[in-house]
Amino acid sequence: MIEINGVTKIFGGGSDAFTALDNLSVTIDSNEFFTLLGPSGCGKTTLLRVIAGFIDPTQGTVQLDGENLVEQPPYKRPVNTVFQSYALFPHLTVAQNIAFGLQMLGRPKSEISSTVDEMLTLVQMAPMADRKTSEISGGQQQRVALARALAPRPKVLLLDEPLSALDFKLRKEMQLELKRLQHETGITFIFVTHDQEEALTMSDRIAVMNAGTIRQIGGPRDIYDHPAERFVADFIGDTNFIEVELVNTSADTARIRLISGKEIDARANPDGPKAGSKVTLAVRPEHATLVDEGEALLPGTLSDVVYFGTDTHYHVALDGGGGDFVVRRQNQPDMAQSRQTGARVGVTFPANVGQVLRD
Amino acid sequence: MNAAAALRARNERRTRFLLLTPAMVLLLFAASGPLVIVLIYSFLTPGSYGGVEWNFSVQAWFNVVAKIDFFTDELTFADAHLSVFWRSFKLSVFTAILTFVFGFPTAYFIATRPKRSRDMWMLLIMIPFWTNLLIRTFAIMELIRNEGTVNTILMGVGIIDQPIQMLFTEFAVLIGMTYVYLPLMILPIYASMERFDFNLVEAGYDLYATRFQVLRRVIFPLVKPGVVAGSILVFVPCLGAYVIPRVLGGGKQLMLGNLIELQFGQLRNWPLGAALSLTLLAVVMIALIFYVRAVGQEESPHG
Repeated sequence: MIEINGVTKIFGGGSDAFTALDNLSVTIDSNEFFTLLGPSGCGKTTLLRVIAGFIDPTQGTVQLDGENLVEQPPYKRPVNTVFQSYALFPHLTVAQNIAFGLQMLGRPKSEISSTVDEMLTLVQMAPMADRKTSEISGGQQQRVALARALAPRPKVLLLDEPLSALDFKLRKEMQLELKRLQHETGITFIFVTHDQEEALTMSDRIAVMNAGTIRQIGGPRDIYDHPAERFVADFIGDTNFIEVELVNTSADTARIRLISGKEIDARANPDGPKAGSKVTLAVRPEHATLVDEGEALLPGTLSDVVYFGTDTHYHVALDGGGGDFVVRRQNQPDMAQSRQTGARVGVTFPANVGQVLRD
Repeated sequence: MNAAAALRARNERRTRFLLLTPAMVLLLFAASGPLVIVLIYSFLTPGSYGGVEWNFSVQAWFNVVAKIDFFTDELTFADAHLSVFWRSFKLSVFTAILTFVFGFPTAYFIATRPKRSRDMWMLLIMIPFWTNLLIRTFAIMELIRNEGTVNTILMGVGIIDQPIQMLFTEFAVLIGMTYVYLPLMILPIYASMERFDFNLVEAGYDLYATRFQVLRRVIFPLVKPGVVAGSILVFVPCLGAYVIPRVLGGGKQLMLGNLIELQFGQLRNWPLGAALSLTLLAVVMIALIFYVRAVGQEESPHG
């Protein structure tokens, strides 16, 4: 278990000071696939480097199973990193790269060679064992970097955007591969990415970061379906934001009044805004449906239809200055294009689907 | 291969050959030509007032390693020559080692500076190198002579009450050569280090390597080509150094370059000078072959 307590990192000083991590605390369980997700510059890589030991935090502690890591140099921490650039040793072969950590730990030769063989099999690189790292492809280098970091059996594996250099297909493959490896090895993975899809596919839990703080922590479904605030809702997936009025709240649901005057139940945080105030409601495009004007929660005019292959996006200009609302519908083979741009239509969504945001 | 492809290949070869021609001509006249003359001279007899007499003789080659006593006809080793050879070799090896000891950290320092300040550091390294060798050598002389800066300060502070004799010793020659040839060590090491990916250092730390292990197992193997090049660039000119041992060794600490100059100058024994020059060339080549082979083998233990 990793406990990060009030970690602050300030780069530079005076007027140039930049706060990369702002009093950040989080607890990561053992054997968890934990993802730090956020835009570039949000501090996710800084946090990873603090855990690895390449950066000393200005304040705060990092504890691994109750032991303070901050006082230890990186080469004493039972933590290994898969670098974004892989950072494989070009003067060593694939097998020698994987053996490096074990050699530095002074493990006996027989153990090293059996672990290296095991790792080569695990990442399916056994036939390439004696190649130089410059003689293998990007995807293979990625596997070697993984095997090298896993070989010393660290308590925690840190992955710094390891898939960003791979092409789309390979990335998909490696996502499943990483998930499998984490399952098989039982090592805690802390994965850094700016790719929301990657985060949703692989993680047990996701921490969404912005400006050096964690905005929300939760499982992929939790984060996607119930974003706590506008930043999270906006960063993950596509979202419609509409202005609504809070009629009353009870525990985690809220009665809201839409711009059309109709009322519906939505989800809200218990510590959210009070009744009577104007709030923002987030509705995912695929959770809403396009209906005739009469049965709609929100009537409007169909302004645009965009075909995406797997699905179609219907843009509706809501009446009363409600703005643009997108409805996503999955395409079926026999589905004909039934509505024309400019037609009077409406948008509806079931109760308890919209999420009242905290801001 | 069809005829057109064959023609194209031949044209390409011809173009390449033409590009090489200027360098080949230069090498032929400026390097190989004089070398052949030196080789021929080494098998002739010395003229009374310098120059050579056109009589075939192996006397000069014989004299490189042995001498016959003028009065007793006794055959002995030319230990004067051998001691000069040994001193040249020894001082050159030490200079290469010293320049490495000073140059490696310097190159590392420069390579880890921000990109825009690296050029400034390199310029600072290069400026002395562009200064006349004689001037720099006399500057060192000024520093280390008995009434020079170092002794004056040491005596002024009261650490010593007699000046330390540094000038006209092997130590002085070593200091001089280390100072003069240091940039030739720094430049190639820096060139290797600039290409070095410093992420690898982090990867090393991450994989439980201590600072020293990272230096030995990650940094050094990858900048070794630069170290090899630097060692050769320092070692070779040191072997034949002339000005530095002349000025700082004061004629007492002769090196090969001085010995050869003596034969062509005061001693008027051109054939011996020629034979000594060729011996120097052979020593350099043998040393390089051994060095490159030793380093090359270490580099790829798995074939």
